[in-house]
Amino acid sequence: MKRRTLLASAAALSLAAGSAFAQDKVKAGFIYVGPVGDGGWTYEHDQGRKAVEAELGDAVETVYQESVPEGADAERAITQMALSGADIIFTTSFGYMDPTMNVAAKFPDVKFEHATGFKRADNVSVYSARFYEGRAIQGHIAGKMTKTNKIGYIASFPIPEVIRGINSAYLHAKKVNPDVEFSIVWAYTWFDPAKEADAARALIDNGADVILQHTDSTAPQAAAQEAGNVITFGQASDMAEFGPVPRVSSIIDNWAPYYIDRVKAVMDGTWESTDTWDGISTGMVGIGEISSAVPADVKAEALALKDAIAAGDYHPFTGPINKQDGTPWLAEGETASDGDLLGMNFYIEGLTGDVPN
Amino acid sequence: MDLSSINPVLLVASIMVSATPILLAAIGEMVVERAGVLNLGVEGMMITGAVVGFAVAVNTGNPALGFAVAALASAVLSLSFGVLTQLLLSNQVATGLGLTLVGLGLSSLIGKPYEGMKSPTLPKLDMGFLSDMPVVGRMLFSHDLMVYLSLALVIVVWAVLKYTRIGLILRAVGENHDAAHALGYKVVRIRMMAIFFGGACAGLGGAYLSLVRVPQWTEGMTAGAGWIALAIVVFASWRAGRVAIGAYLFGGVTVLQLNLQAAGAAVPVALLSASPYLMTILVLVFISARGAHGAPASLGRPFHASA
Repeated sequence: MKRRTLLASAAALSLAAGSAFAQDKVKAGFIYVGPVGDGGWTYEHDQGRKAVEAELGDAVETVYQESVPEGADAERAITQMALSGADIIFTTSFGYMDPTMNVAAKFPDVKFEHATGFKRADNVSVYSARFYEGRAIQGHIAGKMTKTNKIGYIASFPIPEVIRGINSAYLHAKKVNPDVEFSIVWAYTWFDPAKEADAARALIDNGADVILQHTDSTAPQAAAQEAGNVITFGQASDMAEFGPVPRVSSIIDNWAPYYIDRVKAVMDGTWESTDTWDGISTGMVGIGEISSAVPADVKAEALALKDAIAAGDYHPFTGPINKQDGTPWLAEGETASDGDLLGMNFYIEGLTGDVPN
Repeated sequence: MDLSSINPVLLVASIMVSATPILLAAIGEMVVERAGVLNLGVEGMMITGAVVGFAVAVNTGNPALGFAVAALASAVLSLSFGVLTQLLLSNQVATGLGLTLVGLGLSSLIGKPYEGMKSPTLPKLDMGFLSDMPVVGRMLFSHDLMVYLSLALVIVVWAVLKYTRIGLILRAVGENHDAAHALGYKVVRIRMMAIFFGGACAGLGGAYLSLVRVPQWTEGMTAGAGWIALAIVVFASWRAGRVAIGAYLFGGVTVLQLNLQAAGAAVPVALLSASPYLMTILVLVFISARGAHGAPASLGRPFHASA
């Protein structure tokens, strides 16, 4: 009897200690698709994690796991993180969508935040950035600066986010240069420097003198630098070390304010499942310094475009826009709805090739 | 479809660059496996070579020295695998996987200060009239030294295994270590040397990635190249010539499919993306189909002189 009481009180004590500890520190977990040193996508998410630590100090503990493959193994990694006591878990790649939903169903008390997806639950929020706004500016600069009128695009996976970027860049390149052509290479990876470099080289060998990338490493920048006479744009991160050429500007993902907000919400107990999709106006999408290699007038136009988007005066997808097969998508002056954009699975008129499925 | 924008000269040139890292790693691993040791740590040794080669080249401005030190570093790392599996008789599969993990972790630690830096790359060789020949000159005779060294290495490995006493002993150790031991050969010592050689080759392959093919250091940059090399050794049924065919096929189809995409070929992209794996496996299985080409009989089995 005595022993039982002792055991029970010991258990109660350890439970109390456990919960007291949990109250002291909120544990925020991050699942990354690549290594934190990729210099692009994952690097910026990790900068956001560090900002959470810097801002909230001792009140928070962060953990992360890098290079987690998308698919079945992700579920194991997320479960592990939930079991290890994380209060909020950010899963930072599109392919973690279903694994996140599955794990979230098993851990109703843990908050989940899935980047770039579209499935939600009471304890699953989604967040993403309107990268296509940045792509519009890239397209404008690319269209103005290409001499061969061939623009190479290294795409990762045929998901709406990537297709949106291609369409936005093409639309704005075409606007300023009707002769422009896009060559799109699907790398089927987010991170494989050797393959990304090979893809960049293949595009350059085929006559492209502008390389846009939607993969995470800086390898295409290095390949372009080696080739010379090719310009590139930093992807997800500034990649300023490759400026002023080949890298002439960049899209910078700034997750820090969002991450700080969300972790704070968990601390305050005000966390709710939300759907966030911010762009240039809130600073979630940043446009990196436009380098001296860009002529002053092109730079001024690009900045004006950026300001118009930020102010909400201009939507990058404003009609008239037709789909690739010529059927109308947006009428004159009509802007794309978020629903259309989130599910975008078609090329716009003028792009060649098919969207892989 | 308009494929005229693909320049065959540039295509062949980039295929050779693309195949070299895998070829180097695979030929080294083949020697290790012919000695009867299964080292699954190729990925770890490659990435160690990549980071060490890059760091040395950046600090000394000498890419050749980078390659040399990368080979040495990976070889020394592979010796840790050798000591564990050959002297302490640990499980080869588990130790090899451990070696990969150690290599990945170690490399990201060493590589931190080198992210985003630019290194001197290997100069392209100028082979006089050979390089000046139209078409063929640019295709085949104006690469950097490592491309030719890797091909020379294949020939040397093939000749040594086939025609020399050393090669015969190495194969004997791999086929039946008890018999080799009974004949008085130092099984463990020979295997250690093979492991060392395999490590050095993987290191060269890794350094080729970071110094020539990409060229830069990025954490995790081998992204599975070591595993491809391992697979090629198996599908090439442990023959040097076939390893070379496999590596060139894999590198070649990878580059070719990217070029086809860039040129806008009307082939489904999913098929193109899978094609390097499909083609390599199909061709190697086809050419290995005739005759008995099993694995070395003692592959992966532990050896102790007392047994």
